[in-house]
Amino acid sequence: MNNILNVSPSPHQAGSETTRKLMYGVVFALVPAMAASVYYFGLGAIIVTLTSVISCVAVEYLVQKFILKTKTSVSDGSAIVTGLLLAFNVPSNLPLYIIIIGAIISVGVAKMTFGGLGNNPFNPALVGRVFLLISFPVKMTSWPVPSGFKTGYLDAVTGATPLGIMGEGLKNGESVSALMDKIPSHLQMFYGYMGGSMGEVAAAALILGGLYMIWKKIITWHIPVTILLTVALFTGILWFADPDKFADPIFHILTGGLMLGAFFMATDYVTSPMTPKGMVIYGVGIGVITVLIRTWGAYPEGVSFAILIMNAFVPLLNLYIKPRRFGKEVKHG
Amino acid sequence: MPVVVLPVPASVTIPVSQHIGAPAVPAVAKGDVVKTGQVIATAKGFVSANIHSSVSGKVSKIEPVIDTTGYKQMAVVIDVEGDEWIEGIDRSTDLVRKVTLSREQIVERCLQCGIVGLGGATFPTNIKMTVPAGKTCDMLIINGVECEPYLTSDHRLMIEKGEEVLTGASIIMKALGVTKAVIGIEANKPDAIINLAELSKNFDGITVQPLKVRYPQGGEKQLIKACTGREVPSGGLPLDVNIVVQNVGTAFAVYEAVQKNKPLIERVVTVTGKKVKEPGNFMVRIGTPVTKLIEAAGGMPDDTGKIVNGGPMMGKALALTDVPVTKGTSGIILFPEEESRREEIMPCIRCGKCSSACAMGLEPWLLSVAAEKTMYEKAEAEKITDCMECGACAYTCPARRPLLDYIRLGKATVMRKIRERNTK
Amino acid sequence: MSSTVLLTIIMLSLLGLLSAVILYIVAQKFKVIEDPRIDLVTEVLPGANCGGCGFTGCRAFAETLVKSESFEGLNCPVGGAETMGKAALILDRQPVAVEPKVAVLRCNGTPANCTRTSFYDGAVNCRVAHNLYGGTTSCHYGCLGCGDCVTACQFNAMYMDPVTQLPVIIDDKCVACGACVKACPRNIIELRKRNRKDRKIYVSCVNKDKGGPARKACNVACIGCGKCVKICPYEAITMTDNLAFIDSFKCKLCRKCVAECPTGAILEINFPVKEEKPSEPAVAEINE
Repeated sequence: MNNILNVSPSPHQAGSETTRKLMYGVVFALVPAMAASVYYFGLGAIIVTLTSVISCVAVEYLVQKFILKTKTSVSDGSAIVTGLLLAFNVPSNLPLYIIIIGAIISVGVAKMTFGGLGNNPFNPALVGRVFLLISFPVKMTSWPVPSGFKTGYLDAVTGATPLGIMGEGLKNGESVSALMDKIPSHLQMFYGYMGGSMGEVAAAALILGGLYMIWKKIITWHIPVTILLTVALFTGILWFADPDKFADPIFHILTGGLMLGAFFMATDYVTSPMTPKGMVIYGVGIGVITVLIRTWGAYPEGVSFAILIMNAFVPLLNLYIKPRRFGKEVKHG
Repeated sequence: MPVVVLPVPASVTIPVSQHIGAPAVPAVAKGDVVKTGQVIATAKGFVSANIHSSVSGKVSKIEPVIDTTGYKQMAVVIDVEGDEWIEGIDRSTDLVRKVTLSREQIVERCLQCGIVGLGGATFPTNIKMTVPAGKTCDMLIINGVECEPYLTSDHRLMIEKGEEVLTGASIIMKALGVTKAVIGIEANKPDAIINLAELSKNFDGITVQPLKVRYPQGGEKQLIKACTGREVPSGGLPLDVNIVVQNVGTAFAVYEAVQKNKPLIERVVTVTGKKVKEPGNFMVRIGTPVTKLIEAAGGMPDDTGKIVNGGPMMGKALALTDVPVTKGTSGIILFPEEESRREEIMPCIRCGKCSSACAMGLEPWLLSVAAEKTMYEKAEAEKITDCMECGACAYTCPARRPLLDYIRLGKATVMRKIRERNTK
Repeated sequence: MSSTVLLTIIMLSLLGLLSAVILYIVAQKFKVIEDPRIDLVTEVLPGANCGGCGFTGCRAFAETLVKSESFEGLNCPVGGAETMGKAALILDRQPVAVEPKVAVLRCNGTPANCTRTSFYDGAVNCRVAHNLYGGTTSCHYGCLGCGDCVTACQFNAMYMDPVTQLPVIIDDKCVACGACVKACPRNIIELRKRNRKDRKIYVSCVNKDKGGPARKACNVACIGCGKCVKICPYEAITMTDNLAFIDSFKCKLCRKCVAECPTGAILEINFPVKEEKPSEPAVAEINE
């Protein structure tokens, strides 16, 4: 018989969710998108994804073991998720050394310098992506076109993304209807037959993963639905006002990293608000800023910047938006 | 598991404080011979309760012993001889349906018989049954929810002693002066719902309300909201929304006190656990050592790692088994070693699941950090005093953070500071 | 120079001048008149802002020093006599001699001495454990071993010994600021007089139970027998609630009480080892 009993404060049971399970749930939800990207971009997709994941995990492990000299926590799966999301934000023909730099920035700078998991104010994968975009603008904007499973990696055939074509074209004064002929149809974009980063192409696969996460209660519907609705609404108003100058809302929802951002990047626990009301405001903010950047900004794609900008507001949202307290105020002596 | 009556043990230890309020004052001395049902400690002050001997025998000592709370309390230890009851108690099990006592007499009888709330809070029932001046009451709610997993004592009571429970409820209704009572039962006890719904047809004004299974619906504020939609104000009491809540066990004890003149000397305790050989519900005399209960359930399993007094969410872990059963003991759960240890603590991932789980609309992540860093003004401003300590937040946390440990500490400190501030 | 450059230079210069004027006016208008000596005294204070003086920081202490007539009752334990002397010079006051102190843990409830009767698995925090129950042993007064004191120490003068499960105070680093004393929920740590060579004699027990239960819980508990009180030639030992207490300012370190104590509750630290006599009672631990 055991000699002594264990005494701890209540509760004496815990639920079945753990950080690790949640992280691996996200990884599982990304599998359809991973499959789609391999299908469209071939070997390059596999190389980039693997390198990104391994580098992120390695950076976290090395920083914890040798610089911080604390226990290593790579087994909680968060570095793997960062690695996957970083890979999904870059072209599939990105050279390895750039990916590794991206991993060092994402995990080393955006996450570990702030204190590791739970302490970073900005989404690590997006910080890495934006850093790479600014540092290697050419390599980061030459998007391979979908070519089926080819074994080419660095020598993939590249072209502009539909969003890029639309953005450039509108700036040059071309009309929307003329531009629509140059880009894949809506249905093709839904299934992912377009140029772009690995994670942004297959909207169908991303929606599938997103629905899985909502079903498993890994995320709630508030952020993705709010972002998509806001973008649709805002672009819908613009398109309604002038269909020749502004692309239609379906186009906007299906292109760019919006699907990926709405379901996977903006819903990152650490950098998103903790109350449903806060999440809705966050989602609206991201939607509005995305449309602003896409329509009137210098970059064709705005989701990454929109999310990073709203990340800065999250502490404010957490501070001022409180959940509804039970019971009204009562004066007591 | 049907209720089994346990035999009287060889010795009982009866603490003088088994209720909220001032401990009772011992009314016997070492060497005195006492009978079952005799008063051995009297209530002190307004918020207090009588303590009765649950056995007959001789008082062997009156000294502090460690009880189920983990602290030393003054207790009366009695060596048992036979089972002689004092006169005036009706020990038959026939149902006595007619209530002949008046409103004031009912309250007086509950005070004399030492009846306290058996849902876990052990608040003296006679005080709860008296509506103070300036307040009104229009409804009684009977708490048959038993939301804590593993516990089944209330469930069995509702099935086996349904009519007594309902009579008890009507007695409380008379004392409060209300004509309407609702019994809230969670949907995972369909047999209890059917039984009481059927029996309540013979009782005026009592209805049964089935409720969705959701923790912590057994908390009185949550129960009131679920049954009536009324929200008790923060810092207030159910009477602020004209309701009084009583547990089914209390209703049964009130029935026994008023109709049979029987003081609170025994109660039903669930003994269960994954590896327990013969789990069951036992009717046991107050003061019986927990070791006897475990014996009756087939003995302590070899790999027992933790023993909890109460439910797994709000119960208190015992450091030793040589502690007595008190009026507030609703269950004893034995956890095997592999379920006894907490998992590794990970950093907070700011998922907000604790906040969605909180039934009082608080933010446990914030309160826990405030309490840990001794930021008590912030904790008070964020309403840490509203916390019911139900444990839903720590249960949900994926990072297994000890949220409730710190919140409980912070709440106790803040309440002490508030008391000090008010007495200045 | 082209006119654009000239215009730019003039505009920027004017802006700079305007800003400087505004800053000067604001600085003068909202100036806080302070005694300049406050700054001087703050300079000589250690700047640790530890609160050991009883004030909310070095500057607050400096303000109090400047306002006070004498230094009676005012002392910076971190800086000690040297710092107080410097402050006295600046303020033209008499420094008051204060006995240096050191923090001492008055508990010797190691697993060898005090059997563990339960295992604590909650948050590693002494206040939480103390709030929950009596502790992992049968002694409900002793050290809980969760290290609130170690966390409170801002001078890295404490660490938790994993073998004894008690906190260790590093005498050289301890500045007697009192943070650990406040952090301990059971008042086990005390600021005692610092003697030469860091020698200490103290009752390493805070158990107030009667002798029987105390001894049953822990081998080296104080059982309240009173032999030490009787033997002390300087009346430095008092007995309250079954617990002996040695006043460190009256104690002359003669060690008679150490030999008298039947359980070994009184410890002598940093003394040379006595010559072993055959019937010597248990010799106490000697810290490095």
